Amino acid sequence: MAIEVRIPTILRTYTGGAKAVNGDGASLSALIDDLEANHPGIKERLIEGDDLRRFVNVYINDEDVRFIGGLEAELSDGDQVVVLPAVAGGAG
Amino acid sequence: MLTIDRATYDAIVAHAKRDHPDEACGIVAGPEGSDRPERLVEMVNAAGSPTFYEFDSTELLELYKEMWDRDEEPVVVYHSHTATEAYPSRTDIGLASEPGAHYVLVSTREHGNNEGPVEFRSYRIIDGEVTEEEVAVVPALHLS
Repeated sequence: MAIEVRIPTILRTYTGGAKAVNGDGASLSALIDDLEANHPGIKERLIEGDDLRRFVNVYINDEDVRFIGGLEAELSDGDQVVVLPAVAGGAG
Repeated sequence: MLTIDRATYDAIVAHAKRDHPDEACGIVAGPEGSDRPERLVEMVNAAGSPTFYEFDSTELLELYKEMWDRDEEPVVVYHSHTATEAYPSRTDIGLASEPGAHYVLVSTREHGNNEGPVEFRSYRIIDGEVTEEEVAVVPALHLS
């Protein structure tokens, strides 16, 4: 099973500069564990506690995973996953 | 140093004034590796707030896919502060996630929606460290 994961610039330090890597997993949670096995440190940048970090967006086939189950969102062979940090900020 | 053309500079300022008192936000895309801010994309501030901005997650994905298709990257990421100076806040620094981008801050605190000068400043924000840089406004990029 192969799932292509698009990696944002800021996380490419974990992928040796690669813009996209392949991963495995039947759920987003399993995929992230698989990514962590090959790219140590990346999980902590995606997950905080038991959930995705508030300012990290993950999409499966163009759907924001927050609307399709979050970390439990299901994955199938050939799915495309995109990770994008939020573009956010402000005077606070 | 950020080199930006007059029309793009004016459009960012106009966007900030128009959206005041809410924060305005957007990017200027350019060819990957070129450091040339060529294509302004105004974004909706999904937070609709005077103290926070955030690109809508669906629009964010559309924006990035479009840039990937065109071999572009965000050369400038801009937003406005509407009551404070044009300097990155702690939130801005903590959430800055494009190490290659020029972070432009515009402050509309003095004149709001009205005519009048604004602060327009640019920074690099890398690993939590802020470095201000000079802004050169040129008539057009191809003349620079």
